[in-house]
Amino acid sequence: MSATHDAQPAASSSPPFNPSLLDIFVVFASVSLSGFGGVLAWARRALVERRKWMTPEEFNDLFALSQFLPGPNIVNLSVVYGARLRGPAGSAAAFCGLLGPPLIIVTIFGILYAHFADVDGVRRALAGLSAAASGMLIATVAKMSQPLRASWLAVVIALGTFVAIGVMRWPMPVVLPLLLPMAIGLAWWVRR
Amino acid sequence: MKGSDTLVTLGLYFALMSLFAIGGGMSAVPEFQRLAVETKGWMTDREFTDLFAIAQVSPGPNILLVTLIGYHVAGFAGAAVTTAAICGPSCVFAYAVGRAWDRFKGARWAMIIQAGMGPVSIGLLAASGLIVARAAAQSWIAIVIIAVAAAVSYWTRLNPLWIFAVSAILGFAGLT
Repeated sequence: MSATHDAQPAASSSPPFNPSLLDIFVVFASVSLSGFGGVLAWARRALVERRKWMTPEEFNDLFALSQFLPGPNIVNLSVVYGARLRGPAGSAAAFCGLLGPPLIIVTIFGILYAHFADVDGVRRALAGLSAAASGMLIATVAKMSQPLRASWLAVVIALGTFVAIGVMRWPMPVVLPLLLPMAIGLAWWVRR
Repeated sequence: MKGSDTLVTLGLYFALMSLFAIGGGMSAVPEFQRLAVETKGWMTDREFTDLFAIAQVSPGPNILLVTLIGYHVAGFAGAAVTTAAICGPSCVFAYAVGRAWDRFKGARWAMIIQAGMGPVSIGLLAASGLIVARAAAQSWIAIVIIAVAAAVSYWTRLNPLWIFAVSAILGFAGLT
């Protein structure tokens, strides 16, 4: 732990150490439980800055891959990174650490909601929380949209998706199989 | 608890959405809402947005929204089915692709796919924002909270827990 932070070995694909399945589980559980409002930032802090299990470049690469894949990013990240450390069992350990403990907490919240959602004070507090949560999602969208400005085509695709799904409320399983090939085709055409 | 038909619907639909959630789990929120509120009538728009807020406030990945939806619709069995279904297909895919990634990362076709998917995922996320914000905008104070929360989390690095705490207190005080 102590002397490892100066010289990082140049891009080695396999990690120079062997965390146990329990280590993997514990790291992902702690990342997950501290991750309010986005677990990824915490994953970076724990894996890159605190434990130095990977370099910033490796993390960025892993993050890019997780976004490239469908499904929840951080779950993808846990599966891919767990596999790199210890194969299928490593994947399972990371996945269970990431989802197990918060799953218990969120289920308790679900039970409480089922019982107390109609209590007046709870209703009012939830109205405030919902407003805040949707405001924060809008901020995330705004942050993510910044790189779009570089390309009018990207803006058109994003707006088209927004209108089709958000305004027209067309079903995603119908829209995406048409829209995605179109968007990828246009990306190819622009870079030809 | 509902019948096994409901569980099968939940399982198939969320498994499909696992592969359609482009760029992250929250991209599929419009479809979750369409299924749970508009097509099946399992909950009201308001309840859906409550569950969304609870998932955001809870520690852990935001995708646990699907656990709350599953629980609301069909109890523990529903929660187990939706959670497993939203993770299953994408995890198998991630495991398979993760092993081969070193070979094709940076390849031209992979970059083109990424470039095409990026704007789609932002459009989906924006649609999610519209859907939950519309349901949350119940009063002018709620609209102010939406705007202030958006501005604060866009321009500052304030811990989101503070934003949640203040808005829950404002709501509890009866201002929304």
